[in-house]
Amino acid sequence: MQITVTVNDAAFTREIEPRLLLIHFLRDDLGLTGSHWGCDTSNCGACVIWLDETPVKSCTVLAVMADGHQVRTVEGMGMPGRLDPVQEGFARCHGLQCGFCTPGMMLTARWLLDHNPDPSPVEIREALSGQVCRCTGYENIVRSVQWAARHEAAERDGDRGGTGPGETGHGPTATGVTG
Amino acid sequence: MQVPAQVEYEKAASVEHALALLARYGPEARVLAGGHSLIPMMKLRLAQPETLVDINGLSELSYVRVAGGELQIGALTRHAELLSSAPAGEHFAILHDAEKVIADPVVRNWGTIGGSLCQADPSEDLSAAFAALKAIMTICGPEGTRTVPAREFHTGPYETVVSPGELLTEIRIPIRPGGGSAYEKVGRRVGDWPVAAAGVALWLAGDTIADAGIGLTAVGARHFAAAEAEEFLRGASATEENFAQAGQLAAEHCRPVSDQRGPAAYKRHLAAELTVRALRRAADRVRHEDA
Repeated sequence: MQITVTVNDAAFTREIEPRLLLIHFLRDDLGLTGSHWGCDTSNCGACVIWLDETPVKSCTVLAVMADGHQVRTVEGMGMPGRLDPVQEGFARCHGLQCGFCTPGMMLTARWLLDHNPDPSPVEIREALSGQVCRCTGYENIVRSVQWAARHEAAERDGDRGGTGPGETGHGPTATGVTG
Repeated sequence: MQVPAQVEYEKAASVEHALALLARYGPEARVLAGGHSLIPMMKLRLAQPETLVDINGLSELSYVRVAGGELQIGALTRHAELLSSAPAGEHFAILHDAEKVIADPVVRNWGTIGGSLCQADPSEDLSAAFAALKAIMTICGPEGTRTVPAREFHTGPYETVVSPGELLTEIRIPIRPGGGSAYEKVGRRVGDWPVAAAGVALWLAGDTIADAGIGLTAVGARHFAAAEAEEFLRGASATEENFAQAGQLAAEHCRPVSDQRGPAAYKRHLAAELTVRALRRAADRVRHEDA
């Protein structure tokens, strides 16, 4: 059957089988391999994408369920030449090692900061608790999200006539030990 | 790689349309809501429906509201929506207690209340919560609408009274004064199914228990309830001694089985202990409300 899904603001129309999972539609039909296919059992969260305004595990959603809806993947984060602050936080704070969990982690973190701009470490861990980092680098993932939160707070202060959106805080630096 | 078997797909535009589709495709059709139970079952080929009737477009089934002296929850409400609902938490704290420990935040974004109930897993948290609250389920079918008490909803593991041509549309919980509720769960790890869990709804008149509802899950309790413990508490004082006795009764009358989540004796111990903890917390909440 034919479906049209808007992925990262571009509409894609494809002929698919109803049993096709959304993660495979994104990776195999659209070539968007940023979303990772992990455990296949909705446990690991490597496949997290946004369906409309909500992070979901795309290994447990049929592609046809996204027909007529908006999907956002890691390829749609930030803009060319300007990373999303969450992406920048992960880069600065060493929030990834092998990188397999990273796209899903960042998409959930983006949603968290959109709804809770100043989360505590406990709230960050809770928000990401459905996602697994097999490198066990959780400590730096939490630091990365905190960095993004601080960076965005500084930008907001700048917007209100403060000192400008520049590098008001470099965040914590990774300390040799992760996780 | 887990791939569901071939399946036909229909998108329902209204409750009436969903019922018409279910009638057309017969007992081999399955309702697709969040899909977070059904799709994993299809991937494992434990479920192999011929047709999926997708009800995700039925926004009229997605709400949590207070009306007519009861809390009304649309069957398509997502777990995250029930968890963030202020009226749900205000009137029935047990629902927020339970939702906090159901799966993980991302799964809760898409899984639905109605889907969890209709999946009827014998370890389902909400089945115990709604049994404790003595909720009422509304089911729509070709013959019209009928209501079923939560404790008559399940007919066995993975089985409910909802027949192939019907659709669960709403869960209703009467709001009564003097009530407090709580849910206590022990799991092996965050987001897992319970080893055991207990939910309590308590109504106090002074220090006397006017009514009590006790739900149990994952321990083989009949109708997810501890009827003998409830009976013992009705009219008794809300004391630690009586709570302990109710816990013992709850443990005696459930039938847990040993599995990868623990031995039966441990689960029976948990049934008693978690019942006591939930009773204690529910009573504290009533008294806190009064204060």
